[in-house]
Amino acid sequence: MQMPRPNAHLLARRAQIVAALRSVLPQDAVIDDANETRVYECDGLSAYRCAPMAVVLPRTTDEVSATLRLCHAMGVPVVPRGAGTSLAGGAMPSADCVVLGVSRMNGVVETDYENRFIRVQSGRTNLSVTGAVEAEGYFYAPDPSSQLACAIAGNIAMNSGGAHCLKYGVTTNNLLGVTLVKMDGTVVQLGGPFGQGFGLDLLGIICGSEGQLGVVTEAWLRILPKPEGARPVLVAFDSSEVAGACVADIIRAGILPVAIEFMDRPCIRATEDFAHAGYPDCEALLIIEVEGAPAEIDEQLTRIRAIAAQHSPIEFTEARDEAQAKRIWLGRKSAFGAMGQINDYMCLDGTIPVSQLPFVLRRIGEMSRDYGLDVGNVFHAGDGNMHPLILYNANKEGDLARCEALGADILKLCVEVGGCLSGEHGVGLEKRDLMSVQFTPADLEAQMRIKDVFDPKWLLNAAKVFPLTVSAARRGDAAQGNAA
Amino acid sequence: MITPRSEVELAKAVATANAPLTVRGGGTRAMGEAHGIVLHTGALTGVTLYEPAALTLVVKAGTPLADIEALLAGERQRLGFEPPDLRALLGRDGQSTIGGVVAANAAGPRGVQLGAARDALLGVRFVDGRGDVISSGGRVMKNVTGYDLVKLLAGSHGSLGVLTEVSLKVQSLPETETTLIFDGLDEAAGLAVLRAAQASPYDITGAARAGGRSYIRLEGMAGSVAYRTQKLRDLGAADLATDAASADIWRGLRDGAPLQGRAGDIWHIVTLPTHAAALVADITAQTGADLASDVIYDHAGAAVWAALPEGVDAVLRARLGAMGQARKLRGAGAAPFGPQIPAVTAVSGAIKAQFDPMGRFAQRAIF
Repeated sequence: MQMPRPNAHLLARRAQIVAALRSVLPQDAVIDDANETRVYECDGLSAYRCAPMAVVLPRTTDEVSATLRLCHAMGVPVVPRGAGTSLAGGAMPSADCVVLGVSRMNGVVETDYENRFIRVQSGRTNLSVTGAVEAEGYFYAPDPSSQLACAIAGNIAMNSGGAHCLKYGVTTNNLLGVTLVKMDGTVVQLGGPFGQGFGLDLLGIICGSEGQLGVVTEAWLRILPKPEGARPVLVAFDSSEVAGACVADIIRAGILPVAIEFMDRPCIRATEDFAHAGYPDCEALLIIEVEGAPAEIDEQLTRIRAIAAQHSPIEFTEARDEAQAKRIWLGRKSAFGAMGQINDYMCLDGTIPVSQLPFVLRRIGEMSRDYGLDVGNVFHAGDGNMHPLILYNANKEGDLARCEALGADILKLCVEVGGCLSGEHGVGLEKRDLMSVQFTPADLEAQMRIKDVFDPKWLLNAAKVFPLTVSAARRGDAAQGNAA
Repeated sequence: MITPRSEVELAKAVATANAPLTVRGGGTRAMGEAHGIVLHTGALTGVTLYEPAALTLVVKAGTPLADIEALLAGERQRLGFEPPDLRALLGRDGQSTIGGVVAANAAGPRGVQLGAARDALLGVRFVDGRGDVISSGGRVMKNVTGYDLVKLLAGSHGSLGVLTEVSLKVQSLPETETTLIFDGLDEAAGLAVLRAAQASPYDITGAARAGGRSYIRLEGMAGSVAYRTQKLRDLGAADLATDAASADIWRGLRDGAPLQGRAGDIWHIVTLPTHAAALVADITAQTGADLASDVIYDHAGAAVWAALPEGVDAVLRARLGAMGQARKLRGAGAAPFGPQIPAVTAVSGAIKAQFDPMGRFAQRAIF
C-alpha cells in the first residue's frame, strides 16, 4: 500500500509543532513520546503501521477547534481517530500527521425520551449509547460487530451498519445532527434534535465521509423503544445456493426479519472448532432473527418455517429460551475470532444484489482455489453485504500480496454484478486504489469537490478514499515533488 | 421549454445552455418561480430494473409516480416513504415524477418509522451544472463506497443537478392495516397520545392529528396488528378503521386534505414533538386566528402542516428559533429551503458553486 512521502519540512519542525499544540491544549492532551504514539500506529487494518508525529486527545469541542485551527495554520495534516477499530485503515496515520483522537470525549450531553433522541460526545462507544438509555426501555439501533469498542465518531465517519440494519437502517438513517469542527477550526452545527430539516442535506454528506470533511465532536442520535422480545432460528442447508434462494423467498413474501445472517462451510467449521456453538455440519446456515411479543414472533416464524421447508433444510432450530438464543448467535459472533485462530485474515465487505449471491459464492470458491488461499464467508444475507474472510500467513513471504490481489478480484466481482466495494467498513486505505473500478473520473471529481469545500488545503485524512494519482494535485504532491 | 430525450441529450443541453434553466419533473411540488428556460425531464422514462425479491427498483427520473406505484402494487409492494400528492393542496395539475419526488425529498406519514425519500434512495445518476454525468451510490442496500452524494441530491430541488435515474429500496405491502382514532381529546392530550404510541414497542407506522382527532396506524401480519391494536387501546378509548377505510384516512392526511382549499399560506414546519402544540398555540395567540381546523400534526408532532394567515413569517420563525425549521409551500415568498444559519448557508453555497459554477440552474436563489 503506497502512502505519500512524508513532508520533510514538517518532520523537521516536529518539536515546534508539538510545542505549539501544548501552548493551546492541556499538558496531558498532547502525546509525542515515541513509545506512546506507537499505540496509535495502526487501526483494525493492522497489516499497515506508521507512527504519527504526535497524538492529541482533547476533551471539548473548543480543544478540537484549537487543535485544528493550529494545524491548519501550520499546514500540518490531521488524521481523526475514534476508537481505532476501522478495518479499512481509516484511522491509519501518516508519519507527518497529528492524530486527533476523540476517545476522551465520551459523555452523554442530553437525553430526551419523549422526543426520542440522545446527544452524546462522539468518542462514546456505540454500545454505551444503548447503555445510557436501556433502563428507560430504549436502544440505539446501528450495531456494528465492534460495538463494544467502536466510537460514534467512527460510526458516523464510515456510516456503519450492523446485523440489524435490515430493519432499522444504518447510521445515516439514525443520525439527527452533529457538531462539526472544520479543518480551519470553525464549528458548525448540522441538523439537530429535530433532524436535518430543509436545505441541502449536509448531514447526509458528512455521514460516511471518512473523517475527510471535518471532526464530529457531538451527535444527536435517534433512540427507539426496545421491542418486547426477539428470537433467532438456525436453518441449515446442504448448498449455499439453496440457502440464498431461501433468503430471497423470505424477503419476497413480505417478511422483514431484523437480521438474516449467512455462514458457509469453511466459516462454520472454524467457529465450531473455536466456539463449540453446536452448529450442524453443513454447507451453509442462516441465522434469522425476528422481533415482537411471543405471539408475534410465533406468527412470523411459522411463516418462515413454511418457506424454509420448501427448500428442504437439513435442520431448523428455533431458540426455546435465552440460553439457546445466545448459543445460536455465539458461532456467528465468534466467527472473526475463530478465523483469526487459524491464520491472519483480511475481511472484505463488498455488497452485491441478493439475486447474485449463488453466482458470487461459486466464483469466490473458484478464485480461492486459483490463489491457493482459503476464504470463509459470513455475511448479512438480507441486504447482500458480504464478508469474505481471506486467510493468509503474514510471516510468509508474498502471502499478504497474494491475499490483497485475491481481495481486489473479489471486490471487482462485486462491482461487476451490480454491487459496490464497501457496504459498511468504508474505503479508507484498503480500497482506495480500487475506487476507479466503481467510479468514473467525473464521479470521483464530484466527490473531491465536496472535500474542496470543507477542507480546501486537503489536510484532513487526505491520503484515503481517493486513489493517490487522482488526488495528487489537490494534496499538493506535485508542488512538493512527492511521488504518489 | 426543452425536453431532452436521453441523458446524453440532457447533458448537452445543460453544457450549452445560455440562459438559466429551471428543472421540472411534473411541476406538482416545485416551489418558487421558474426562471429562464424550463428543462423538462418528462421524456426520460422507463424502468431500468425491478427485482421484487431484492426490494430494488431502478427507474429513469421522468417516470410518472403513478406508473411506479401501479407497477409496485402489481407485485404487492410500494414506496415505503409514502410520497404525498400535493396537487390539490398547492393548486397544481400535471403528473408527479419520481425525479421530483426525490429532488423534493418527499415524505408522508410513514416517515415517522422509515424517514423520507433520502432514506430509501440507494443511488442516483445526474447531470451537474457543468454538463457532466455523475453517478453515486448504486442499487444495493448497503453502500458506503465514496461520499454519499445520494443524500445531497435528495432534497436539493434541482439546484445542484438534473436527476436522470434513481435507485430505490421498496417495501412489501403489509397483510393488513388498522387505524386507531382517538376523539374528544384536547390538543395537548391528543398529541400526548401520539407520543405515547411512539414510545411504545408497538412499531407504529403513522401518528398524526387533525381536526380534533388523533390517529395511530399499525401495519403488518393480522395476528400482530390485532395484538398491538389491543395494547394501544390502553391509551384511551379509540374507534378503529381497517384496511381500505384506514388507507383512506392516511391518504387524506398524507395529501394535506384537511388544508385543501383553505385561505392563507401553506407552511411546512419541522420541530420537536413536544414543541408542536405550544408553537401553534403561540401563533394562534399572536395572530388571533382560530387554527383548530388549519393544522395537521404528523410524525407525532415533529412535522406540522398548517394554513396560516398571510404575514406571520417573522412571528413564526422567531417563535421557532433554533427548535425547528419552517418553509412556505404556498404563498408569497414560497421557497423549498427557508432560512438557514449563516455557516450552513455558506457551506451550501460553496457546494452549489462547485456543482454549478456557471449558475445554470436557476434555483440558486434558494441559497
